[in-house]
Amino acid sequence: MSATTNLKVLSQREDRYVEGHRLCAGCAEPIIARQILMATEKPVVVSNATGCFEVSSSIYPFTSWNIPWIHSAFENAPATISGVEAAYLALKRKGVIKEEMRFVTFGGDGASYDIGIQSLSGAIERGHHFLYVCLNNEAYMNTGIQRSGATSRGAQTTTCPAGTCVPGKKEFPKDLTKIIIAHNLPYAAQASPHNYKDLIEKASKGLEANGPSFMNVIAPCPRGWRFESGKTIEMAKLAVDTCIWPLYEYELGEWRLTADSKRIAEGTKKKLPISDWLKSQGRFGHLSNEKWAYVAEEIQANVDTQWKELLRLCKT
Amino acid sequence: MKKIAMNGDQAVALSWKQVEPDVVASYPITPQTIIVEMFSEYVADGLVNTEYVTAESEHSAMSICIGASASGARTATATASAGLAYMWEVLYVASGMRLPIVMVVANRALSGPINIHCDHSDAMGARDSGWIQLFGENVQEAYDNSIMAFKVAEHMDVRMPMMTCLDGFIVTHSLERFEPLPDDVVKSFVGPFKYRRSLLDFKNPITMGPFDWTDFYFEHKYQQVEAMKRVTPVVNSVAKEYAKVSGREYQIIEPYKLDDADYAVLAMGSTAGTLKEIVDELRAEGQKVGSIKLRLFRPFPHAELAKMVEGLKGVAIMDRAVSIGAEGPIFPEARSALYESKQRPRMTNYIYGLGGRDIRPEELKHVFNQLIHKEDDTVNYLGVRK
Repeated sequence: MSATTNLKVLSQREDRYVEGHRLCAGCAEPIIARQILMATEKPVVVSNATGCFEVSSSIYPFTSWNIPWIHSAFENAPATISGVEAAYLALKRKGVIKEEMRFVTFGGDGASYDIGIQSLSGAIERGHHFLYVCLNNEAYMNTGIQRSGATSRGAQTTTCPAGTCVPGKKEFPKDLTKIIIAHNLPYAAQASPHNYKDLIEKASKGLEANGPSFMNVIAPCPRGWRFESGKTIEMAKLAVDTCIWPLYEYELGEWRLTADSKRIAEGTKKKLPISDWLKSQGRFGHLSNEKWAYVAEEIQANVDTQWKELLRLCKT
Repeated sequence: MKKIAMNGDQAVALSWKQVEPDVVASYPITPQTIIVEMFSEYVADGLVNTEYVTAESEHSAMSICIGASASGARTATATASAGLAYMWEVLYVASGMRLPIVMVVANRALSGPINIHCDHSDAMGARDSGWIQLFGENVQEAYDNSIMAFKVAEHMDVRMPMMTCLDGFIVTHSLERFEPLPDDVVKSFVGPFKYRRSLLDFKNPITMGPFDWTDFYFEHKYQQVEAMKRVTPVVNSVAKEYAKVSGREYQIIEPYKLDDADYAVLAMGSTAGTLKEIVDELRAEGQKVGSIKLRLFRPFPHAELAKMVEGLKGVAIMDRAVSIGAEGPIFPEARSALYESKQRPRMTNYIYGLGGRDIRPEELKHVFNQLIHKEDDTVNYLGVRK
């Protein structure tokens, strides 16, 4: 069962996340969240990890949330929604709650890749029925652009600055999506807000999965990545077109490329070189220096290796 | 009802079976583990209708309780020592959201060095977290406190999380005869769970845990302070109600043979029981001594304690925890309680029993002797090799 992605229909639905939030101009997070919440008409409860998205949407006594929402702490949003879902099951069994409901958790990459990975892993292992959405802007943006386990190799942040001896972040990011898939959950996917149709369809599959589901969504950050705030969607698309952020899904043991990434694999769309990606953002600006040319080469080699491995998993 | 033999952990598990919370979330840690093991057997045998969540850590266990309680579910958990320390961050979230979560703490020393035995360091670390803290002396109290806690925490004048403490191993693992209540009596005593707001009430959506700036945070903290002031009368009224169904009536602070006493020793937990034996022995020798059992630590019964010890010649405060660089945690509060008093007794502090070091009757006799003969220092360490 798939949700409608018809814009006419979607535009007439009541917004679950409304205007008035204090996120930066060009932030991808509210765009992604609205797309996710469009994927079901069932009542939804949201738990949110500490981060840009949380602080900017709930400044007391105001709120951008038109649906029940809870923030507890940074590292425990999956545990918090576990409790909400446990209460739902208990109260449904007792006949106190009658309606079908859905549960969604939003966390940034810091909350998902780093400090909250235990809570996320535990909640998935226990089989709670919820959709976890990682709003992945590849650094701790809320505290002022510090490196995380999701930050790209070669990117500079305030804790891995590019200096005369060090070319930004030394390490490649961990592959959280694959770590989550290793839990053998019913559904996981990578998505990008530039392709709302693909994203909403994936969210719908996640929400209707028989158990926990996970989506890792690239969330370009004009402030942290250093690009003009009008180019957010363009940036998300470029991440997919260069294959540094492939679109795919894992459903009941089966891996599938989707949308733009599927077309690249089929040869109907061109895979762009990583240099296009690196040149588009100030966080990689130092890599244009001859001295760091090898870093760009290593990033391209890593993208190619990962892409090849994904093609193998997707049997294309 | 007929008396049965159980250890403290089993008695707590039995109380949960009778209360039947909607959600229990927990993580194993010695000496609490028997509670969740026994409760999971009730779940496995279909004896409770509880949604039982086995968390991957104590931090998550408390976070699950927060999510469940915020969703209108009666919620309980249990922990000890490092587990409680690991929860520290979210204890404040639970109280800040005014969630009536009930938690049993099997008091155990904190690492390091690692030690699994009794002291009160774990609970004392949580004293400022906005949780109500009640200490029990024995298996009977562990059981009774666990039931009363739901009624206190969930009272509409309170709506605060509450921890009931029992001494690790000394009470958790000691088999004692105690008198449980019939299931239906417990059920009707606690009554159905009521909530003010629930996340599952999607027709009335609520934003919980918002970002609180400089313009409101202080007011929200002050509301907690005000709510904590309403706790003592509720604890007392719940104790009176409980006395009607059980025949056992508890006070927040309980005197023993204090009426004509000149000297008294105060303790929390199991040591308060040993003290009564010592008082009896010294009384038999003609000494005018008594003892005090402190049950409610948060909110601290300043006025009640001051009234109880005014006019005594000396009071020793037994602390099974130490604030390194200061004194034991009860002592400064007890002394502060007497600041306005015109008949202040001499007051000394005994830090004892850290890491489960046994507290022997002759040591407690020694405390009385030191106190009576004014031979002790302001702060004393009992039973330690210096």
